[in-house]
Amino acid sequence: MSGGLTTGGVAHAPSRTVRTVILGLIGVIFAVPIVAMVEFTLRAGLVGGYNVDRWVALFQSGFTGVYRPVLIALGNSVALAVGTVTIVLLLLVPTMLLVHIRFPQLRRTLEFICILPITIPAIVLVVGLAPVYAIVARLLGSGVWTLAFAYGITVLPFAYRAIQSNLDGVDVKTLTEAARTLGAGWGSVLLRILVPNLRRGILAGAFIAVAVVLGEFTIASLLNRVNLQTALVVVSKVDPYTAVILSLLALAFAFVLLLLIGRLGAPRTRTPRRRTTVKGPA
Amino acid sequence: MKSGLRLSSKLRGRAAAFGLLPFAVYVLLFLAVPTLIAIGTGFFDKSGTLTLGTVAALGDPVVLTTFYNSFWLSALTAVVGAVVGAIVCYALLGARPDGALRTTIDSLSGVLAQFGGVMLAFAFVATIGIQGMVTLYLRDTFGLNIFENGVWLYSTPGLILPYIYFQVPLMIITFMPALQALKPQWAEANATLGGTTASYWLRIAFPVLAPSFIGSLLLLFANAFSSYATAAALVSQGSQIVPLQIRAALTSETILGRENLAGALALGMIVVMAIVMVAYSALQSRAARWQQ
Repeated sequence: MSGGLTTGGVAHAPSRTVRTVILGLIGVIFAVPIVAMVEFTLRAGLVGGYNVDRWVALFQSGFTGVYRPVLIALGNSVALAVGTVTIVLLLLVPTMLLVHIRFPQLRRTLEFICILPITIPAIVLVVGLAPVYAIVARLLGSGVWTLAFAYGITVLPFAYRAIQSNLDGVDVKTLTEAARTLGAGWGSVLLRILVPNLRRGILAGAFIAVAVVLGEFTIASLLNRVNLQTALVVVSKVDPYTAVILSLLALAFAFVLLLLIGRLGAPRTRTPRRRTTVKGPA
Repeated sequence: MKSGLRLSSKLRGRAAAFGLLPFAVYVLLFLAVPTLIAIGTGFFDKSGTLTLGTVAALGDPVVLTTFYNSFWLSALTAVVGAVVGAIVCYALLGARPDGALRTTIDSLSGVLAQFGGVMLAFAFVATIGIQGMVTLYLRDTFGLNIFENGVWLYSTPGLILPYIYFQVPLMIITFMPALQALKPQWAEANATLGGTTASYWLRIAFPVLAPSFIGSLLLLFANAFSSYATAAALVSQGSQIVPLQIRAALTSETILGRENLAGALALGMIVVMAIVMVAYSALQSRAARWQQ
């Protein structure tokens, strides 16, 4: 049943023409700012005309000198993204499953906690995080990676929503009981039954977590840590053209990254493997 | 046998409860404690004595205007974003969820909704800034000066377009699952009972989707209300919206001659957000009824 909502059966979907018109129109409007960024970087100076000098200059310098901080900042951001996804996978997912299976009465509480960070904007949170990070720095050092703890909170509502909507669509209780009846331990229930069934939700959660972390500015900026976004603002003050080039690259990088993460789960969902019969011991 | 079973299940229940501990501790340390500190500072003055004077600053005309600005900016961009986003979701209804079109749009939405921030500010400076592509195009082709009555890009009206630019993708991300949860059986039932496409949408789909739609709308409102990065990068002078006022309060010691204003502003912001999110949560549980 988990893969039953795909293709064919969608009712009252718009015709191909309607779809093309809507997506085309909105797509063109949304492309304008991106095109404008490209156009901006290609301007040849006050005399007018276009060339690719700025792009060439940036790549010929090999991201050394002035641009090196941006590369380091990007490294920081990627490390933070990995850390944050780890928090989602190791802390949020098991807790959600545990609550769903064993403590259904706590479901509303968990939802409340997970949605709460939306109610508490990063700009508000950062006021209280400053003293907390003073202690964190004493215990764990002042490495950039410690920001992942704060980002795990920022990401919570998005990851929760993604995983929960998948969780609602899968009959976890029956699956778990079936697996337990057939002699599976909790470990294999988790890894071989639940995680594969919730792959889409978990991936979507990770998907959004990575994007949020790579785009995060508020907390890093006000806690004086360097990440991709704070580095871009610094560069933009010195050289707006380079900042826009780097922004374009960063946007493209994030797009490819999200596309890859999205694709990771796709091939296995597409194979119409039907396991209607579960026979014999596991 | 029976009592043994009960005992072991009780023990296991306790062991399972321990499984909730790591998450609870994490949330306590990095969510509860910072929030309490943030709100708490508003109730204390610099010497550490309890005072309501700072909170009273929320009644200051300047602060009220900032809240008003934040409010209409968020409401406007949420409504536009929700409507446009829902239309895109509708257009995507027939596309295969794992097809190239959906994957591309999902990734693009993820990038623009959550990744934009500072870079969206750059994008809109390049588009409708004083030397922006669209600004120059309109001026040279139609003789139209979009900044005739002054440059509005770097103040509150300038935030409308960038905000819509990240609201629409967020709507696509949050609303698409609800639209996809519409069951084909409902369409079949509608057809069997002699209903038309119009009656399917008006009598079945819209009522079923309404809680999800309004829920997403509220999420968009909250998103705009708490958004900081785009505004911080775009608006360099003045603090027309609440997050920028908090920045100003954090970086300079006194605004409006009051201390700890950041805490009071944070409190005001949380109150607004709490109201919105309580409504959101109520709508979510209504929406869930149809997604079983």
